[in-house]
Amino acid sequence: MAKLMLGNQAVARGLYEAGVTVVSSYPGTPSTEITEFASTYPEDVMHTEWAPNEKVACETAVGASIAGARSFTAMKHVGLNVAADPLFTASYTGVTGGMVIAVADDQGMHSSQNEQDSRHYAMAAKVPMLEPSDSGECKEFTKIAYDISEKFDTPVILRLSTRVSHSQSKVEECDRVEKALPEYQRNVAKYVMMPAYAKAKHVVVEQRTADLIKYAEECPLNTIEMNDTKIGVITAGIAYQYAKEALGENASYLKLGMVYPMPEKLIKDFAAKVDKLYVIEELDDFIETHCRKLGLDPIGKSLFTLIGEYSQTYLKEKILGEKNECVDFGENVPVRPPVMCAGCPHRGVFYILKKLGVMVSGDIGCYTLGAAAPLQAMDSTVCMGASISGLHGFNKGRKGGYEDKAVAVIGDSTFIHSGITGLINIAYNRSNSTVIILDNSITGMTGHQNNPANGKNIHGDPASAVDLESLIKSIGINRVTVVDPGDLAQVENVIKAELAADEPSVIITRKPCALLKSVKHKPPFKVDADKCKSCKACMKIGCPAISMTSGKAKIDTTLCVGCNLCVQMCKFGAIEE
Amino acid sequence: MNTKSIMLVGVGGQGTLLASRILGNTLLSQGFDVKVSEVHGMSQRGGSVVTYIKYGDKVYSPVIEKGEADVIVSFEQLEAARWLPYLKKGGKLITNTQQVEPMPVITGAMEYPAEIIEKIKAKDIDITALDALSLANEAGSARAVNVVLMGVLSTMMEFPEDAWKKALEECVPAKALDINRKAFALGESYGK
Repeated sequence: MAKLMLGNQAVARGLYEAGVTVVSSYPGTPSTEITEFASTYPEDVMHTEWAPNEKVACETAVGASIAGARSFTAMKHVGLNVAADPLFTASYTGVTGGMVIAVADDQGMHSSQNEQDSRHYAMAAKVPMLEPSDSGECKEFTKIAYDISEKFDTPVILRLSTRVSHSQSKVEECDRVEKALPEYQRNVAKYVMMPAYAKAKHVVVEQRTADLIKYAEECPLNTIEMNDTKIGVITAGIAYQYAKEALGENASYLKLGMVYPMPEKLIKDFAAKVDKLYVIEELDDFIETHCRKLGLDPIGKSLFTLIGEYSQTYLKEKILGEKNECVDFGENVPVRPPVMCAGCPHRGVFYILKKLGVMVSGDIGCYTLGAAAPLQAMDSTVCMGASISGLHGFNKGRKGGYEDKAVAVIGDSTFIHSGITGLINIAYNRSNSTVIILDNSITGMTGHQNNPANGKNIHGDPASAVDLESLIKSIGINRVTVVDPGDLAQVENVIKAELAADEPSVIITRKPCALLKSVKHKPPFKVDADKCKSCKACMKIGCPAISMTSGKAKIDTTLCVGCNLCVQMCKFGAIEE
Repeated sequence: MNTKSIMLVGVGGQGTLLASRILGNTLLSQGFDVKVSEVHGMSQRGGSVVTYIKYGDKVYSPVIEKGEADVIVSFEQLEAARWLPYLKKGGKLITNTQQVEPMPVITGAMEYPAEIIEKIKAKDIDITALDALSLANEAGSARAVNVVLMGVLSTMMEFPEDAWKKALEECVPAKALDINRKAFALGESYGK
């Protein structure tokens, strides 16, 4: 019987059925669950791991493919920027065992710092890209991707999106087909990409793209559905589902399951059969530009936006001029932005940083929420690792004038991902920068994945743990201090001392994430209303468990985990156990 | 059958994802095509969260837009107000009367709107408002608000009770099953 599966779970099922044996990824919303579900299959059937970053993960998959294994790596769109280096050359080497890279774009930026369209990578790296539109296709396309990879000797990118990755729909399970591991043979011309061999390979790559275009003309991934021919729609991925719901059988469809390279004859023939041709694709005009190269003049981005997600109502309004009726609440509904959880170990650090009024070079993780009210202690967030390297540049740019009033904040997992190299730069090219590693012993924002610094592997089994203090010292940073972020006075004193120091320093604030099952919570605190002077000092830490009710502070005992931070804020001793 | 649309809305951490799994599995057992769409990641940290459930002979888009929901189940009052425009004309709204203050209210930048349920009623909306938190506590855990609300929803849909119970067993860990069965039954009797 069919099961309901997330798109991500269906990709994982596809990996299993395709006989994949090596999976290496770094977590990133909305791609994370692929690797989490993959890790539920036995390790001796399919090895899964969390790598330190996407580049390492991708190179691990490349190595496994050279070894003859079917391999896989998953990442979010910005993760592919990190993994772009191996991708572009893996395109030249091709594969031995099939290799697939899943990249999940985040149209609408539900959980991302930009809205890049990863299809450009397929074109730039000259590798085929498949784009499923529901969970059933996620599984099927994953399996087909391995066949294409091996048939055309190329890595294949599987492009997902938030709505495909995080929607559940029906999937039929099949059995796994094991792939025999071929005997390993050295092949220098194929795998050693120095100029002489790479030049020969570029010719192969161009021929491969030409072959793939031929394949695109007839492959089962690209489908035509002829209905009413007044409107013709060329589309792919989730946009197909929106278009189909908006227009139903009042339009004909060419659905591209392979978005790179695209067919030529198939598109021209379809266009010739319809009166009005639309290209419906979220983000950039990727398919539309291809159509224009073929001499067609479809309606695309002249009508539809380049920004955010589409939907059936958006398309109905744009194409048919129809709008849904709806009832409004009629008054301003306060927004409910995400917040740091009650008991979050990051909260106290950001409170002190705000109090000190320092420049905060931020990074990617739960702690990016430190930018929001009332903590508002963050000046910049660019990409993974940029807090540290950015602070170094900031301090150089200010000619050292800000070294005593600027810090970088970065989580433990992000530090491992790409903070280490920035820290080496601080030591090597010497800026008296102060870096705070918010070590909560987990990769938090993506939903609690183990990482190389917390001593557990993807299965939760014991693993080697990076000793952060020793690592930092070996880089050449002599001042390393570990503090308990639950102790506000200590955090403040240490940050002040390290900012004043005449050399680079690292502060590690170490306390596990309050949501971890292994963390034992203390009983919730209560407010003694008689002692409460309504000064609202406890409100300054932005704890979701504290509110003002009838002029007095009140603690929601279902949320409070007894972290003690508000107790330290109250000068009147009004908060007690 | 035309596609039907149900939305579960609430505050990150209230258990909308589990509720959507129970509902999704129930619908699947009735032979429908089903799509359940949710957003993971940043919004889960105490933010406003929404899950879309659509079912019918064939479901295309996984998302529900303004004016399209046949039923909205809200886990919190303010969220009922926020998502009200998504209700279809003649649609049903079920809401928990629990209030969870969002950060702009906590910091004093905005006020939590007064008498939300009365105001929605005044708009001629079919609304069922109940204190699901008390019923969840009665069942044995404040965390069972989600299952209480599924119990209420079950009385407004024409699926056999067994299908719901089986879905509950499939989705809830064994050790929490007793409490959740009780929570479901309490929601069910409220709805009847």
